[in-house]
Amino acid sequence: MKQHILPALKLTIICIVFFCGIYTLLILAVAQLAPNKGNGETISINGKVVGYELEGQSFSNDKYFSSRPSAVNYNAAGSGASNKGTTNPDYLKDVESKIDTFLFHNPSIKKSQVPAELVTASGSGLDPDLSIDAANIQIARIAKSRNLTEDRVKTLVEMHTEKPLLGLFGPATINVLKLNIDLDKLN
Amino acid sequence: MNTEISGIIFMYVAMVLLAIPLGSYIGKVFEGQRTWLDVIFNPLDKLFFKLGGIKPEKEMNWKQHLFALLTINVVWFIFSMIVLMTMGSLPLNPDGNPSMSADLAFNTTISFISNTNLQHYSGESGVSYLGQLILMLFQFISAGVGIAACAVVFNAMKERTTEKLGNFYNYFIKSCTRILLPLSIVVAVILLFNGTPMTFKGKDKFISLQGDTVNVSRGPAAAMVAIKQLGTNGGGFFGANSAHPLENPNYFTNIVENVCIVLIPIALVFALGFILKRKKLAWVIFGVMTIGFLSFVVPSVYYEMKGNTSIAKLGIAQNNGSMEGKETRFGAAASAYWGITTTVTSNGSVNAAHDSFTPLTGMFAMLGMMVNSFYGGVGVGFLNFYIYMIIAVFISGLMVGRTPEFLGKKIEAKEMKIATIIALLHTFLILSFTALSSHLYAHDPKTYASWLNNPGNHGFSEMLYEYTSSSANNGSGFEGLGDGVPFWNITCGIVMILARYLPIIGPLAIAGILAKKKFVPESAGTLKTDTVTFGIMIFAVIMIVAALSFFPALALGPIAEFFSQK
Repeated sequence: MKQHILPALKLTIICIVFFCGIYTLLILAVAQLAPNKGNGETISINGKVVGYELEGQSFSNDKYFSSRPSAVNYNAAGSGASNKGTTNPDYLKDVESKIDTFLFHNPSIKKSQVPAELVTASGSGLDPDLSIDAANIQIARIAKSRNLTEDRVKTLVEMHTEKPLLGLFGPATINVLKLNIDLDKLN
Repeated sequence: MNTEISGIIFMYVAMVLLAIPLGSYIGKVFEGQRTWLDVIFNPLDKLFFKLGGIKPEKEMNWKQHLFALLTINVVWFIFSMIVLMTMGSLPLNPDGNPSMSADLAFNTTISFISNTNLQHYSGESGVSYLGQLILMLFQFISAGVGIAACAVVFNAMKERTTEKLGNFYNYFIKSCTRILLPLSIVVAVILLFNGTPMTFKGKDKFISLQGDTVNVSRGPAAAMVAIKQLGTNGGGFFGANSAHPLENPNYFTNIVENVCIVLIPIALVFALGFILKRKKLAWVIFGVMTIGFLSFVVPSVYYEMKGNTSIAKLGIAQNNGSMEGKETRFGAAASAYWGITTTVTSNGSVNAAHDSFTPLTGMFAMLGMMVNSFYGGVGVGFLNFYIYMIIAVFISGLMVGRTPEFLGKKIEAKEMKIATIIALLHTFLILSFTALSSHLYAHDPKTYASWLNNPGNHGFSEMLYEYTSSSANNGSGFEGLGDGVPFWNITCGIVMILARYLPIIGPLAIAGILAKKKFVPESAGTLKTDTVTFGIMIFAVIMIVAALSFFPALALGPIAEFFSQK
């Protein structure tokens, strides 16, 4: 055992210097070439930051496309999921009340059309995206509350649809923040 | 074809296609053969050896390997406890996060040196940037230890009689510098250019479009996320792990991160084929692992894409599957796929909330950890598989009435005893601790009310999952469990420590003892191990030892939940 202590101590120190120090600094140096120097990509309006491109935010006004429910209320300093089991009765009641709230705000929509992702919380609580279904279902409400034609809103949604990777892999998505910013520009 | 399905098929194919050449590369590294990265790494390794006072050519027997391995882990334990309990007042803490309590530091330390990365804290608020960097260090070196142990066993499986099995430090350093480091740099750079932050600035603050004030956690994440995926570590920078949009920004990074989970575990199987010059054996092992993996992943993807039965009853549309706890940019299929890849290996990073998986997906995730060798963790996954092979050889030997031989070495009582103890240890730890916690909860549900986030069978599953994850050194969780309390910190710590070191000691001992034995050349009477028949035999042993012994517990948890779905 004894003859192993000294190499163990020395190797540990070398590894600290190398992996915590040199490796970290190397990646930090490369980060200076990355978008916004590795500080996170922000979106600004008139020079003021209104959000992080990758992180969702809460939209409770009917004039905006609402984001998905968040278990942490879009707290970007404390991400998390609801961790509710799929058969938990309290959870299912909660989903039901979310459905009712959604139908109240979107009276032209039938219950069977409500996409589940709009009444279930995301994994991070910061989901920046909506599915195509979840965006389309809100078009009627947006158009009505903003006095726009549904076609204009629909065109905007289509413009913001990000196709699957290379058109082949994964789901199509729509970034809610970018969509809502452009929505404000329509009026 | 559905783009979600084509996405996961692409991931699997990419994984295998990258693992095959990486396997030959790892084989060359272990054998000390020339590789194209020598230009950089020969001088670097020399520097490590010189400063560490290590003679890499000095060979060790299996006991010396073990002593070297355990000693360095003790040093890491002490060092980590000190840092985690004082980091609140150390530098690199712009957000002013506090130091850990003793029980939480104990849990976190064991968790990271054992390559588990169970996290009973949340990255944004529970640890400083310095703490994150130290945890990242353990992600490199604990993975390096696992790969080094695996290299020793590979060396011992060669056709010869010897006590000398290479130098531990040599394997360890080379695993870190030549395998983990270059891959981590590549992955970290990919993440950087897709938006993962790498900064030492503290929280940012802005006013959102509708006027809310939002604080945004950031930090040196890209460097850590890369190695946490590659080293089957899984400990995320942010609380939500790879579901967090900064940790896993888009579908492309999801492919990269998911491929990384299984890349080295598969590559090590091919490295075995390279080192022993038994390509066919490697393919048999890979085949068994793959069949196991596919039998878990296919139903899981099916059930997640099908949606939650209870929500379907509420009468809404579930065209995109069960989306509770999942991110839109990944979708149900890629979330289920990740859920299984991360549990069959001992990675434990998540891109969706496992607690909210439909019941059977939750069960397959647990089964992946219960078997713990369908690809398995870096290095240690193969060690677990090795134990099953020894048992399979012994049983088949008895069945045909021959002396059990494995790669030219006789398997006798001593090796079998060790193998059996190690194989049963996992079952024992999981079931006995789950029984203990269930007993406490059942007898005093009021005191322990904060433990469970869900009632009934699912609540039981939360406890079962936690100990399964600890014992498999996985680190994922049914995160609804209120696990940040001394009971869970300490019991999970004990499970992790036993489940890490004993399954390394056991296979090393067996391999060391076998290597010393006389080599018996293959004859007509030898049981051939590189055949499909033997593959089926291993598969049967795994299913009987691992899967069946957990069946009663699974029946109380996810299976009961599945059948009680309304």
